[in-house]
Amino acid sequence: MAVVAFVVFLLLYLTPGDPAAILAGDAATSEDIAKIRAKLGLDDPFLQRFGGWVWRLLHGDLGVSIFTNLPVTHLIGQRIEPTLSLTFCTLVISVLVAVPLGVVAAARAGSWLDRAVMAFSVAGFSVPVFVLAYILIMVFSIELEWLPVQGYRPIREGLWEWARHLILPSLALGTVYIALIARMTRAAMLDVLSQDYVRTAQAKGLAPPAVLIRHALKNAAVPIATVIGIGIALLIGGAIVTETVFALPGVGRLTVDAILRRDYPIIQGVVLMFSGAYVLINLAVDLSYMFFDPRIRY
Amino acid sequence: MTRTSRWFAAAALLAVAAGPWTGAFAQKVLKFIPQADLRILDPIATTAYITRNHGYMVYDTLFAINDKFEVKPQMVDKHEVSKDGLTYTFTLRDGLKFHDGAPVKSADCIASIERWSKRDALGQKLAEATESWTAVNDKTFTLKLKTPFALTLDALAKPSSNVPFIMPERIAKTDAFKNIDDPTGSGPFKMVKAEWVPGNKVVYVKNTDYVPRKEAPSWASGGKVAKVDRVEWIYIPDSATAAAALNAGEADIWEQVPPDLIPLLSKNKQITVKNNDPLGSMGMIRFNFLHPPFNNAKMRQAVLYAVDQKDYVIGIAGDPKNGKPCYSYFTCGTPLSSEISAEPLKGKRDYEKAKQLVKEAGYKGEKIVIIDATDQPIVHSQSLLTLENLKKIGLNAEIQAGDWGTLITRRAVKESPEKGGWNIFHTWLVGPDMVNPAVNFPIRGTGEKAWFGWPTDPKMEELREAWFKAKTPAESKAAADAVQKQAFEFVPIIPTGQFILPTAFRSNITGLIIAPINLLWNVEKK
Repeated sequence: MAVVAFVVFLLLYLTPGDPAAILAGDAATSEDIAKIRAKLGLDDPFLQRFGGWVWRLLHGDLGVSIFTNLPVTHLIGQRIEPTLSLTFCTLVISVLVAVPLGVVAAARAGSWLDRAVMAFSVAGFSVPVFVLAYILIMVFSIELEWLPVQGYRPIREGLWEWARHLILPSLALGTVYIALIARMTRAAMLDVLSQDYVRTAQAKGLAPPAVLIRHALKNAAVPIATVIGIGIALLIGGAIVTETVFALPGVGRLTVDAILRRDYPIIQGVVLMFSGAYVLINLAVDLSYMFFDPRIRY
Repeated sequence: MTRTSRWFAAAALLAVAAGPWTGAFAQKVLKFIPQADLRILDPIATTAYITRNHGYMVYDTLFAINDKFEVKPQMVDKHEVSKDGLTYTFTLRDGLKFHDGAPVKSADCIASIERWSKRDALGQKLAEATESWTAVNDKTFTLKLKTPFALTLDALAKPSSNVPFIMPERIAKTDAFKNIDDPTGSGPFKMVKAEWVPGNKVVYVKNTDYVPRKEAPSWASGGKVAKVDRVEWIYIPDSATAAAALNAGEADIWEQVPPDLIPLLSKNKQITVKNNDPLGSMGMIRFNFLHPPFNNAKMRQAVLYAVDQKDYVIGIAGDPKNGKPCYSYFTCGTPLSSEISAEPLKGKRDYEKAKQLVKEAGYKGEKIVIIDATDQPIVHSQSLLTLENLKKIGLNAEIQAGDWGTLITRRAVKESPEKGGWNIFHTWLVGPDMVNPAVNFPIRGTGEKAWFGWPTDPKMEELREAWFKAKTPAESKAAADAVQKQAFEFVPIIPTGQFILPTAFRSNITGLIIAPINLLWNVEKK
């Protein structure tokens, strides 16, 4: 985390761009910009700025946005719920659809069902999220008027309102993850299904579903859990396109907007948050291996 | 679980799912898609138009300009000017209150104008002529000038960035170079800061304490009657989604529709796409005067002969209906615009003449760097056209592309293009920012203190001063013509045409004010 903090600060220091110029507006003069830079402390030496930032960080203060004057923790707090909601809904849809599809495809390997699942998987990878998003908006929001085009409603405003605003974004974004997880599940299952203990289970006369779920799927779960973990990390890092198309105020858009405006405190804050989240997710995934495979010990 | 308890649980679940009852159905909520995201709340710290528009929601002004370009009192009830033109006495209207309940006092107005005049070019001009501002009592204050300044009231009524909005003294005392974040004003709407989600939503509610003027609204003057209870600015970054939201009725007004989406919206009978902006915006090419080759006037004049405004207008506005050539340094359709000395920019393009001027300038093939912002279609389309035009007249030009943030940082670099500087950039200004020599900052020739490009043109500064001293409309027009003549000689910028980004709104919306700014008072939602 300390290395991430230093590298991010250094990169931002070296990156071209001046928040003072952006803040001043199109009609500002060089003199105006110089005065704003001085007020913001942007002319201070690198070590002084970095030292000040680390000192505030140690006191739990991520700083204040240069443009909005709002604390970075407040801005991240505003954006974290939509991001977590989108992550949650996307993963629920992805896992509920992809794992059964992968299992069925593996169980019927080579059949038309397997080919159909794989064709869907390739299509899921190939169709850009924004194309799918526009199609979903056109069908379900404009033509059928079932679901809203854009926006987010916090869960405290009602479960249905919250869910309604997340269905289309989760479907659009979930397609990629369904494709990824379905392929991974199929591959892992095919590997396990050729193992001796599966044949033994079949020879014992166990019903096919019991063999598939209790014996095969549990043993194939380690690579699937890894892919799901990576998926969570990527989603928390920001599904920028989905958030932009559906005007969801998530962390991804906060990050991109901050980068475009060179709002350094926000960039530093979110990158630090992402790195912390990645560490925790990887830890959780590693720990989950012990549950799926008791032979794994740390 | 018994049957009764199951029903109870189901009912409780439904209640949770339905969400808290807020009684909000009774409120009239106007949903507005703004042209940009509101990030900065201080209309003095930035010239960004979105912040100016926010300013019009929450603040009020002492004076305002109407659609006939006349200065009208707004917060001011009456004002007097001494016979020598050196003392102005202003008396505030009754009932003016800030959103925190405090009455608007003379001290608030003086502090606000003083802060504004530290940042705004016209404000600085007024400050140069000012001896003192004095509060006579809570409602009356005077301005004493050192020398007569005919544009005093015009300055206080300035319609576009920076607008002299009136803030409470405690806020207006903030350093003019420090960005304020308290949106307390005395305007017709109050910002609900707790609901502000930068990058997503800004919420305003009707200021029930606001006492509007009795006159009909005209631009930012007249009665500012809030006819909805709540206004939500919903920032939708993707244009296609914004169009879908308007089509689906999730938004009521879309401030600026990109040209390519106008046909789509026009198909919906529930939506009107209309030009509400009588002045539009002006595109421009800006040169760097510090480095070759555009430190030579002949090179700049050569580009004048190669630029075809019709191409630029189509490039920016998509459809000739949404723009027109404007061969003037002052916004076309306003009193000072004219085509005097505009021949090099008008008519059939004369590439041979341009090449001859390039030859006379002694151009040695230096690389010309056009800095571009590909995330700004208005800038990007102009950059591509200028590149083509420069190549047509034999110049060694290239585009160096980045985003808007990079462009406005790089244009402040005074080094040569090889060391991170530049030769040309493009931008645009709204019509009110180019109506006269006082506000038209790109034509200024004050060298290091001038706008990016830093031209030094003492003759322009003299002519501008002469314009300030004009006493009659005829004198003013003659002085502005002289400014324009010099501009076509010196070429501080090249105007690339006047264009409009129309507004789209649903059929249940009425009362939109035709003005160069999208003002949301007087707007009704049925």
